[in-house]
Amino acid sequence: MTNQEKNTLRTDQQRIIDLIRPHSRVLDLGCGNGELLCKLMHKKAVQGHGIEIDVDSIIECIEKGVPVIQMNLDEGLGDYSDHSFDYVILSHTLQVVKKPHLILREILRVGRTGIVSVPNFGYWKVRLQLLFKGKMPVTKTLPFDWYDTPNIHLLTIKDFKLFCKRENIDIMDQVNLGVNRGKMRIGNVFPNSFAESVVFTLGKKAGP
Amino acid sequence: MKKNDRSIGLVKTQYFTFAEPPNEMVLQSGEKLGPITLSYETYGRLNNDRNNAVLIAHALSGDAHAAGRHKKTDRKPGWWDFMIGPGKPFDTDKYFVICSNVIGGCKGSTGPSSINPETQKPYNLSFPVVTIGDMVKAQKELMDHLGIESLLSVAGGSMGGMQVLEWAIKYPDFVKSALPVATTSHYSAQAIAFDEVGRQAIFADDNWENGNYLDRGVTPDKGLSVARMLAHITYLSEEGMHLKFGRKLRQKERYGYDFSLDFEVESYLRYQGQSFIKRFDANTYLYITKAIDYFDLVLEHGSLQKAFENASAKFLLISFTSDWLFPTSASKAIVRALKINKKTVSFCEIPSAYGHDAFLIEGAEIKRLVDGFLENIHKHECRKK
Repeated sequence: MTNQEKNTLRTDQQRIIDLIRPHSRVLDLGCGNGELLCKLMHKKAVQGHGIEIDVDSIIECIEKGVPVIQMNLDEGLGDYSDHSFDYVILSHTLQVVKKPHLILREILRVGRTGIVSVPNFGYWKVRLQLLFKGKMPVTKTLPFDWYDTPNIHLLTIKDFKLFCKRENIDIMDQVNLGVNRGKMRIGNVFPNSFAESVVFTLGKKAGP
Repeated sequence: MKKNDRSIGLVKTQYFTFAEPPNEMVLQSGEKLGPITLSYETYGRLNNDRNNAVLIAHALSGDAHAAGRHKKTDRKPGWWDFMIGPGKPFDTDKYFVICSNVIGGCKGSTGPSSINPETQKPYNLSFPVVTIGDMVKAQKELMDHLGIESLLSVAGGSMGGMQVLEWAIKYPDFVKSALPVATTSHYSAQAIAFDEVGRQAIFADDNWENGNYLDRGVTPDKGLSVARMLAHITYLSEEGMHLKFGRKLRQKERYGYDFSLDFEVESYLRYQGQSFIKRFDANTYLYITKAIDYFDLVLEHGSLQKAFENASAKFLLISFTSDWLFPTSASKAIVRALKINKKTVSFCEIPSAYGHDAFLIEGAEIKRLVDGFLENIHKHECRKK
């Protein structure tokens, strides 16, 4: 693997690779150009499958040898049977879907474990931009202007945790990330303010 | 895309005869047919491991001539020339590509216009009705004859795609990957309806002579050309026709106020009809459209899910946005069945204004998809050896 290839993965995606057991069945929702699945297939010998809506990204997946299906996530994952994957990944995609609560339910129906990474809107730089500039924040993780952003459901870590509690979702693991610094210390103490993005490992809580 | 894609150059049609009596082939209908000749073309070389063979299946009016030219002066190359050749997606520097004319066809394979050896006259309507399953069964005989032990891929669009599905289901161990393009597991009532109107146009032509026109030295040209004109509309899209013709008049400034020829689109359809009768046989048109109408994986297997239960090929399905004859929903239904069976399946809907015909028109997306898909299958199969 060349360095150039390695750098094309976002930090959260690099962490996700560590979380996946070898030889498992993995579904990546909104898999983009298939980079993450391609790495997983080579490094961890997983059976990878992707879902993507953009034709050019799909072609890139196919060229990498990553199986991919063109589909709109907002239509749900109805075609997949319960627990047909060991992991279902949703990396930096939760904030672009129309109904985040439905997609999270689907992730934990189709997969045994869900791995969900989200950009944190409570990150201090984001807060400061809004506070002092009085404008919608633009950062490395959230690089879009308000009028052409795909992000329609931005959230903070606190929001996500409250949401999981309400939805009866078990957060089994949480990896806090700051851009270019990998795992960060202060972010681990006050992640809601100091983590730029977070990778959650999710499971379904046993019924009451 | 690759830099040096070039034409395969001059090619030749070959012939293979099998099922000589008393070992006739038993058709799906229960009737027997033999001897059977298949015309076929091959491009590239079968490697020593015999694991680089790719079978191309043609559509309703296609034939074995998928790439290159028979003579230098041929106006047009084979029907999928932009896909097959050195450096092209079906790369003949890497793969051994085979395309055969289906049984029931009129381009060198045994069909209704062939001479029945028993009577020394054309079969005409005494030719048994063949199905997509029969076409595939005959192709399998050809594969065995060519010494092919497995197919790296089977690919085809439209009726060719139906054959691809049939191959993957009937010969799961033989087929490593499947490329069904712009196809369906069964025709809709609307699609069957169009086929029926085409057949009725042929029946209505006095020269059809109850199918015995060859014996009388005539051909039902009017009927066949109307059938083709109608079918051709179903291969295009409203948007595509609007872009290509609009309401443009043909070599005139104003309406002629008669029934000669006013619109470009009329002229185009008449041309399609006229050129079709020069290269196609009316009875064959009846038989092949019937085979398409009969194809129904749900009827045959109980459900689509059951149909693909034992398939082991890796699938890439491709559909086109403006194709309403073989709509995206039909491809998606197949994808769903494969997903439920936990098969390895990819699917892409390519944006196009060309309707069903899109799979026969050169485009960067279909080329890159097929190229990338095959290359990865090829790498994988070579690593296994």
